[in-house]
Amino acid sequence: MSDDSEFAESGDRLAVAKTYKLFIGGAFPRSESGRTYQVTDADGHFLANVARGSRKDGRDAVSAARKAFGGWSGATAYNRGQVIYRIAEMLEGRRAQFVDLLRDGGEGQPGPVVDAAIDRIVHYAGWTDKLAAVFGGANPVAGPFFSFSAPEPTGVVVAVAPQQDSLLGLVSVIAPIITSGNTVVVLASQTRPLAAVALAEVLATSDLPGGVVNILTGDPAEIAPHLAAHGDVDALDLTGAEGDLRTSLERSAAGTVKRVYAPPISDFGRVPGTVRLRAFLETKTVWHPTGALSLGGGGGY
Amino acid sequence: MTLDPHSPGVRAATDWDYAPAPESAAIGRVRDRYQMFVGGSFVDGGGDDLETLNPATAQPLSTVSTASVADVDVAVGHARKAFEGSWSRLSGAERGKYLFRIARSIAERARELAVVETLDNGKPIKESRDVDIPTAAAHFFYHAGWADKLQHAGFGPSPQPLGVVGQVIPWNFPLLMAAWKIAPALAAGNTVVIKPAETTPLSILVLAEILADADLPPGVVNILPGAGDIGKALVQHPGIDKVAFTGSTQVGKQIQRALAGTGRRLTLELGGKAANIVFDDAPIDQAVEGIVNGIFFNQGHVCCAGSRLLVQESVADEVVAKLQERISTLRLGDPMDKNTDIGAINSAEQLSRVTALAATGEDEGAVRWTSPCPVPDRGFFFPPTVFTNVSQSMRIAREEIFGPVLSVLTFRTPDEAVAKANNTPYGLSAGVWTEKGSRILGVASALRAGVVWANTFNRFDPTAAFGGYKESGFGREGGRSGLAAYLNTDDEGI
Repeated sequence: MSDDSEFAESGDRLAVAKTYKLFIGGAFPRSESGRTYQVTDADGHFLANVARGSRKDGRDAVSAARKAFGGWSGATAYNRGQVIYRIAEMLEGRRAQFVDLLRDGGEGQPGPVVDAAIDRIVHYAGWTDKLAAVFGGANPVAGPFFSFSAPEPTGVVVAVAPQQDSLLGLVSVIAPIITSGNTVVVLASQTRPLAAVALAEVLATSDLPGGVVNILTGDPAEIAPHLAAHGDVDALDLTGAEGDLRTSLERSAAGTVKRVYAPPISDFGRVPGTVRLRAFLETKTVWHPTGALSLGGGGGY
Repeated sequence: MTLDPHSPGVRAATDWDYAPAPESAAIGRVRDRYQMFVGGSFVDGGGDDLETLNPATAQPLSTVSTASVADVDVAVGHARKAFEGSWSRLSGAERGKYLFRIARSIAERARELAVVETLDNGKPIKESRDVDIPTAAAHFFYHAGWADKLQHAGFGPSPQPLGVVGQVIPWNFPLLMAAWKIAPALAAGNTVVIKPAETTPLSILVLAEILADADLPPGVVNILPGAGDIGKALVQHPGIDKVAFTGSTQVGKQIQRALAGTGRRLTLELGGKAANIVFDDAPIDQAVEGIVNGIFFNQGHVCCAGSRLLVQESVADEVVAKLQERISTLRLGDPMDKNTDIGAINSAEQLSRVTALAATGEDEGAVRWTSPCPVPDRGFFFPPTVFTNVSQSMRIAREEIFGPVLSVLTFRTPDEAVAKANNTPYGLSAGVWTEKGSRILGVASALRAGVVWANTFNRFDPTAAFGGYKESGFGREGGRSGLAAYLNTDDEGI
């Protein structure tokens, strides 16, 4: 390169910092409240200003999730599997970025954790077209009827992501919810929200329809109570809500008989079972007459 | 039997009176007094005795000793001891054999149980005899087979029981609901404390005799008759690991609220306001039978009753006319009569609730039609009632009446039918009547309801999961998903 190169010496250049925003309905809005809060690394050094989502942002996210539910739950299982696999592909392509983010945030073993997060998404991508066979089937009823039971998604799920494990925990919460066709509003880790916002960028480039996953940053204790009482929310995943917050959210959920999944603190390094998948499934049973055999031996059909 | 006054000695051609065909009440062997069943013994409870009525006569039927809150504690203690002792030491195969025994004994005493059920509940003997009791036996038989096959149920290699289960059941299918609750709980290895409804405690106490005769280890099943306060004490007892409740959505919400933060498992089987959708290509006569079965089975005391008839506008007049004609032939009266189609409303309280809600139909502008059938002058009876000109905003279209009252609404397009059917906080069941296969499957998949009956209604089987979407509750009963409600499957992974 000649001396008059426009490329600056690497040490001289000021990096372009990212504005961390919410992810609602496939778009990246700032909080309608205009509020932000500062995120720091383990040593207290400034990392970023992050949107502090509000009750209104939460309601917008629920609207977006409801709007997306029909299309996502109605998509073929094969299609959902492909879209979810695409998320893993996009995450793999940004592996280095996520390793840096986790390292900056002071989380341990960033490399293996990002790898595990990618693999977890692949795991769930393969579940979409197995669910109906594994958790449904024909019912051998004692009568001239064909009866079958099939799992269906519950609807709009609000999830409080784990506060510590900001990527693998988040992915482990989101993936099983959307695998079966639910849509989700997830409240990211309050102190470690950067991986969640970066994941939103992965989702936005993964063929995932807008609104299937909505990610809010901010204070879960501020936003979650409104969503736990929201009439258009069908279920809660309280993995990241503990103690009194968990209890009060569970209590609010009773107002419209929401399904609540509130597990003990999880070690997300373990192999996934099916509990999270089943937590947000409904079973629908359908009956139809087949026509009884007549006494004369002919069919009743 | 009446005679045609114009042709003395000749029975009128249109006279459809039946000779009475009463089942013998003596078969029920109803005793003067029943006791609680706790720790394998029949004992007096600390609560006041309650008098249970025959709703068909409003006369006392028997007296039942009830539990006090202290008795709940004792019963939970027995259940815990049994769970940690004798019951958990049994192999699944041995556990299953107890359930098979119970299933057989129910079948052996089936007619006795049917009579007890009809006398205590008011439902027609032909329903208790042909539906309630055989299906209860079938539930024990089905779940008996699961006890040694839990590892094959699809919930990991070694699903574990939850522990002590607290169960509260309603009065509409007293023995059948007991079977739905007890059989899967025991098959999965749990022990049970169960409270029957205040107005229908008898059949489950006959079941207690069957459990005792089967030598079921003491404390595995404990039965506590009582009122709502005992149910409340039971579901909130800290020694309970899982609560299963069938009843109103209002009480279900209270229980869910009360259990918040406790980590205890909960399944709820709550109310419904099912749409029964009739398309213009449906076989109308079959549909009429299905509509009648959907709303008048068990006097409409059915959480999955087809209480909202959605009929396509082009056939609405025809369907309603045929429906009224058919309903006029239904025989209302003595539940013990084998010809009776519609029995007694379970209690004076329920009769007044049904009466009050039906009155709002007229107040809000719906057109009321009542079957001309004679109504007995004693007991709790409500004649079959159909409301037309119903709009979705009316209380009779929104609220669960839990009685023989049908609200008729119309629609023009399949999309409108689905939108109206789903326009309710409930989501327990629905019906679809059409000859078009793709319409059945398409509408069934669009309905947000746990059970969809197509060209049939009110079918139940232990192999087929039953349970609600939305505010009709969560968890299933029957099938593999019903079994999951009584298993701890958490250990299999994150």
